Amino acid sequence: MMNMIAPDQGKAEIDVSHAAGYLGSPVFIKATHSWGGRAEMAAADLGATLRLWPLVWTLSLLDIRLRYRGSLLGPFWLTLSTAVMVGSIGFLYSRLFHSNIAAYLPFLSISLVLWNFISTITAEGCICFTQSESMIRAMRMPLTLHAARVVVRNVLVLAHNIVVIVIVFAMFRTVPSLASFSVVPACALWLIDAMAVSLMLGVFGSRFRDIPPIIGSIVQIAFYLTPVMWSPAMLAHRGMGVVLVKWNPFFSLLEIIRGPLLGHSLETGTWFIALGYSVLLLALASFVFMRARARIAYWI
Amino acid sequence: MANLVVNGVCVSFPLYHGESRSLKKTVFAAASGRLGEDRKHRLVVEALRNVSFSLHSGDRLGFIGSNGAGKTTLLRAMAGIYEPVGGEIVIDGVVTALLDPGQGMNMDLTGYENIRLRGLFNGLSDLQIKQLQSDVADFAGLDQFLALPVRTYSSGMIVRLGFALATAIKPQILLMDEWILAGDASFLDKARNRLETMVRGAEILVLSSHSADIIMQWCNRVIWMDRGEIKADGPPEEVLSAYLSPEQFEQAKASAAVVA
Repeated sequence: MMNMIAPDQGKAEIDVSHAAGYLGSPVFIKATHSWGGRAEMAAADLGATLRLWPLVWTLSLLDIRLRYRGSLLGPFWLTLSTAVMVGSIGFLYSRLFHSNIAAYLPFLSISLVLWNFISTITAEGCICFTQSESMIRAMRMPLTLHAARVVVRNVLVLAHNIVVIVIVFAMFRTVPSLASFSVVPACALWLIDAMAVSLMLGVFGSRFRDIPPIIGSIVQIAFYLTPVMWSPAMLAHRGMGVVLVKWNPFFSLLEIIRGPLLGHSLETGTWFIALGYSVLLLALASFVFMRARARIAYWI
Repeated sequence: MANLVVNGVCVSFPLYHGESRSLKKTVFAAASGRLGEDRKHRLVVEALRNVSFSLHSGDRLGFIGSNGAGKTTLLRAMAGIYEPVGGEIVIDGVVTALLDPGQGMNMDLTGYENIRLRGLFNGLSDLQIKQLQSDVADFAGLDQFLALPVRTYSSGMIVRLGFALATAIKPQILLMDEWILAGDASFLDKARNRLETMVRGAEILVLSSHSADIIMQWCNRVIWMDRGEIKADGPPEEVLSAYLSPEQFEQAKASAAVVA
């Protein structure tokens, strides 16, 4: 038992000098207005987040656990509520659209689960910095970590919802085509885009407090304009189809995952459009983050 | 070896959410005389103006100054939280900043979970995190509470947890705001003891306080901040005698001598 008055005499303390390198040691913080300097600081920030990966993972896991602390089903409420939604909307809309439920339900399950990911990433991305205010103001921490936390948390939610897709596919014996392997690079693209979106919206959301509701309504409108609940085939004979489907960034991104899984062949160009929008998004997000990184702590 | 260099640092806070510029201008100008405009003619409060000093191992620096003199802002800038708009800061060594009692802890998580997060932040292994948890539990004396959410703690308990956490992972540079001195007497003794061991290990301590006797006991160098600028920098006796009235200075000296 330690002496209460002098508890630390001769006690081996936990040495963290080996771990100091995650922020780079020594840390140089220089007021800079040059883009080279800004890019360097932003890259260092991202690098530190990658080195702190165990922290990002644990924070995300605790976020989910906290949300369902004390509940009986825990995170499986996510699975259940998605299943109920897919089931009820599926039966109703397959009647309304006069479509075959065996074809419609697999389509709907993937679409809704993926859209759910998009809408929560945009909503939670907007508040990724404002919500971590106490952490940001308490210690120097890479800021990209907060955006990464939103992405990882929502990937965990997505993982719970994928169960619904698997069950629907098993029920209707939908067999993904051989082309499904292209889902792997598509998911990688989604992860990168999700990171860029939450970083960019996080910056806007911390500077302008009106951003979260604005983004919320934009995503709501996009939900109705994008073939999520309705299949693009329904518009085939109408002129609007081209605009709503072909040049819709959400559609191309949805389609590179949804198409191969449903066994549809992708239209040529879908991948190019998805990649094109992603490059644009990435450039925009990098620009915004490099410009605003040093100011975020003042804004929140 | 730890070093901390602050070179020509300027920090200003933008004032975005205002309706009447002229009214605000008058009010703030009267209050502090520190209102400025940045390059784009936005209204800013200049919290720090051209602050320079450097610290080396063994330095125990105290900040004094009236409310709003820029002490806490300077601590935040030294911790790398507020990046300066001018000048540069070089931090060589592991920094821990005890700036507010919450310490960035998630109030809904338990004490143990918060300790684990801090351990991960410092790149500790699972084994070291276990060690950290037991170390913090011993020092803070909160054993059964650590399994409960932090929001159920009293403010004194949060201070103890925050302090134990910050010092258990052996920072080379410790930045402290005065709130830590709000603990009860027996805890203050323990805290002093722990800090002394730490500082003896040739590390850097930076303390901001309104209490002259605390500064006298703990510091070997004092910087007097006034309106965002350094007004005086030197040994405690010298700076404090200029800062305080003669009676206050004698009083502080006497009470510091009693504790020492």
